[in-house]
Amino acid sequence: MVDPRIHIINERLRNVRSTIAVSSGKGGVGKSLIASTLALILAKRGYNVGLFDLDFTSPSTHIILGIKNAQPKEEHGIFPAKVYGLKYMSIIYYSGEHATPLRGTDFSNALTELLSTTIWNNLDFLILDMPPGIGDATLDLIRLIKNIRFLIVTTPSQLAFETVKKLTSLLKEMKIPIIGVIENMKIHESNFVKKHVQEMGITFLGDVQSYVEIENFLGNAKELLGSPFAKKIEKICEKLNF
Amino acid sequence: MHEWALAEAVIATVYEIAEKEGFKEVKEVTIIIGELQQIDLEIFKFALNQLKPEKFKNTKFDMATTKAELRCKVCGHKWIFRKETLDENTAEALHFLPEVAHAYIKCPKCGSRDFEIVKGRGVWLKSVKGEK
Repeated sequence: MVDPRIHIINERLRNVRSTIAVSSGKGGVGKSLIASTLALILAKRGYNVGLFDLDFTSPSTHIILGIKNAQPKEEHGIFPAKVYGLKYMSIIYYSGEHATPLRGTDFSNALTELLSTTIWNNLDFLILDMPPGIGDATLDLIRLIKNIRFLIVTTPSQLAFETVKKLTSLLKEMKIPIIGVIENMKIHESNFVKKHVQEMGITFLGDVQSYVEIENFLGNAKELLGSPFAKKIEKICEKLNF
Repeated sequence: MHEWALAEAVIATVYEIAEKEGFKEVKEVTIIIGELQQIDLEIFKFALNQLKPEKFKNTKFDMATTKAELRCKVCGHKWIFRKETLDENTAEALHFLPEVAHAYIKCPKCGSRDFEIVKGRGVWLKSVKGEK
C-alpha cells in the first residue's frame, strides 16, 4: 500500500522560494511570536509570505495575530485565507477551539494531509511555526520538504539552550541548513548563548530583550508590528541572508 | 472538492510508479478509500479521469471503500466510525483533516479522546498494473 499524498508535496511547494522552520528544543521560548512577527515583517517588505502553524496540539499564531473569522477557500485544494498580507494556514480552521490530542502517527498524517492539499502557489517565504522538540514535526519536515532551513530560538536559560544544542547537532548531522539562532527573552547582559552558538559554528542572529508588555500587543497584528519587539526582529531580519 | 487535490496526488504517484516500472501504458489502478475522510467517490472518479495523462488513457480505476475502525487506547474498545453521528460542520472538518476526529469524537465506552485510527482513514494506493 502506498500513501499517494507524499508524492505531491514537492509539487505543492514547487513555487515556494524559501521554507523556514522556526524551531526550538523547548516550549515557551517565543517561537510562535517570532514566527508570526517575522512573517508580518517580510510581508510588509513586499514579499509573498505564507505562515503555517504546525503546533497542531497547541496552536497560537491565530491568537497572536488576532485571526478570528478567516476560513480557507476550497477549490480543487485548500487555498489558505489571506490575513494581514499573509497566506495563513492552521489546524484551527478544522478543530476550532476544541482540544485536539494527537499521537505521533496522527500528527504525521495531519501534516502530510495539509502539505499535500494546501495550495500555496507563489511564495517568497513559507514560515513554519514548529511545535517544540525534535520529534515528529522536525523529522517529518526534513523527510517531506526539500530545501527546508531552520531558524532556531532559545532563551538565555541553560535549560533551553541545552535542548537547542541537541537540535542543532541533529540538524548538522542530517546536513540541514541552519539560518541562525535568536536569543529571546533576554534579561541580563550575558554572552553565554552567543559564545556557545558561535563555538558551534552557527550564526548568532541577535538577542531580544524580555518585553513584559508584549502581552498588550497580542491579538492585534498592526500593533504587534509597531511594537519594540517587532523593531528588534526587524533588525535581526536585516542580518538574514535570504 | 477536496477530492481533486487527493486525485492529483494519486495521479502523480501512479505516474511515478509507471515510470519506475517502465510501463508504456497503465492498465489498472486499485485505490482503497477509508470512510473517515468521507470522499465523494463520484467526484473523485471524475477528477481522476480529468487529470489522467496520455499514458493512462485506458486506465481502469478500481475503488474499494473500507470502514473506519477506531480503537480506544485507554479501555481497548473498538468501534466503527459512522458519519451520521456527526453534524454537518464536524463531518466537513473531518473530510478535510481526518485527524480532527480527536477534537470531536470520544470513545463510546469510556469517553476518552485517546484512540487510534486502526484503518479506514483516507486514500491509499493498493496496486498499479501496466504493460511494459
